[in-house]
Amino acid sequence: MDIIFQTWPWYVSGFLIGMVMLCLIYFGKAFGMSSNLSTLCSMTGIGKRVSFFDFDWKAQRWNLFVVLGAMLGGFVANYFMSDTSNVTINPKTIAQLEQLGIEAPNGKLLPDALFGNAIFESPKMIFILLIGGILIGFGTRYASGCTSGHAISGLSNFQIQSLKAVIGFFIGGLIMSHFILPLLF
Amino acid sequence: MNTLKYLFVGFVFGIILTKSEAISWYRIYEMFQFQSFHMYGIIMVAVITGSIGIQIIKRNNVKDIDGLPIEIQDKESGSTRFWLGGIFFGLGWALVGSCPGPIFILLGAGFLPVLLVLFGALFGTFLYGLLRSKLPH
Repeated sequence: MDIIFQTWPWYVSGFLIGMVMLCLIYFGKAFGMSSNLSTLCSMTGIGKRVSFFDFDWKAQRWNLFVVLGAMLGGFVANYFMSDTSNVTINPKTIAQLEQLGIEAPNGKLLPDALFGNAIFESPKMIFILLIGGILIGFGTRYASGCTSGHAISGLSNFQIQSLKAVIGFFIGGLIMSHFILPLLF
Repeated sequence: MNTLKYLFVGFVFGIILTKSEAISWYRIYEMFQFQSFHMYGIIMVAVITGSIGIQIIKRNNVKDIDGLPIEIQDKESGSTRFWLGGIFFGLGWALVGSCPGPIFILLGAGFLPVLLVLFGALFGTFLYGLLRSKLPH
């Protein structure tokens, strides 16, 4: 039964993610999560003012159900399938994070320093999470895809534009992780 | 029934991403510090699995669940938008450790502060819609 509680190995997880994508293709759809953000914007009726959101969001309803299912999956996996052995990251990473004032995982998915409920009392942390979100929302729409749409779906279909986007993801990610994060923490 | 199959695929996806820890801020940080193969392995195997599947679909003209031919759309042409958009997203990904899918999965897993990331992401999406005609693509 260990397999349920322990961290799933990369070769199992990667295979299953590939199968999820193929499953959605078999359903006549495409695997892409960031487009749901557009759909949610469109649902507010903002399309009357900003033409980018003027589309038939009901045609995208299927993807909102995928997201709803994913939320339920996250709930079940986090509350009923987790173990203190989870998130065993590299000891070097833990030492580095300690210097930034970010605690070791000890089985948790997210650090309290960034995602504990105490951050609601820190204007700095609220600002950081909002900015992070804005970069994600703006960047994925600008690049018309995120990790699922470009890195998985696009690269699987040998799309050169997706390769450009994924290289961009890593340029941005490396700059943030190596140069900006140490200034923030 | 139609709705259920999407809910189910999403449910499985949510469990996979949680149990693989691809939704963990720690894993994303570790990846960008090149201190683990885990995330690279996940993406690599997913792409290999996906590309084999897509080749099988294309070469055998596999029909979808409704019996219609499967057409996988090509990405729109262009360069600037992919480089610049990619860099913006990468900055956010490494800062708060989540892509759009994981934002929702983490909320489902009960991490309330991720709501702030979601609000930001919706606002960022709105900003793109607003500024689209002024941006180089």
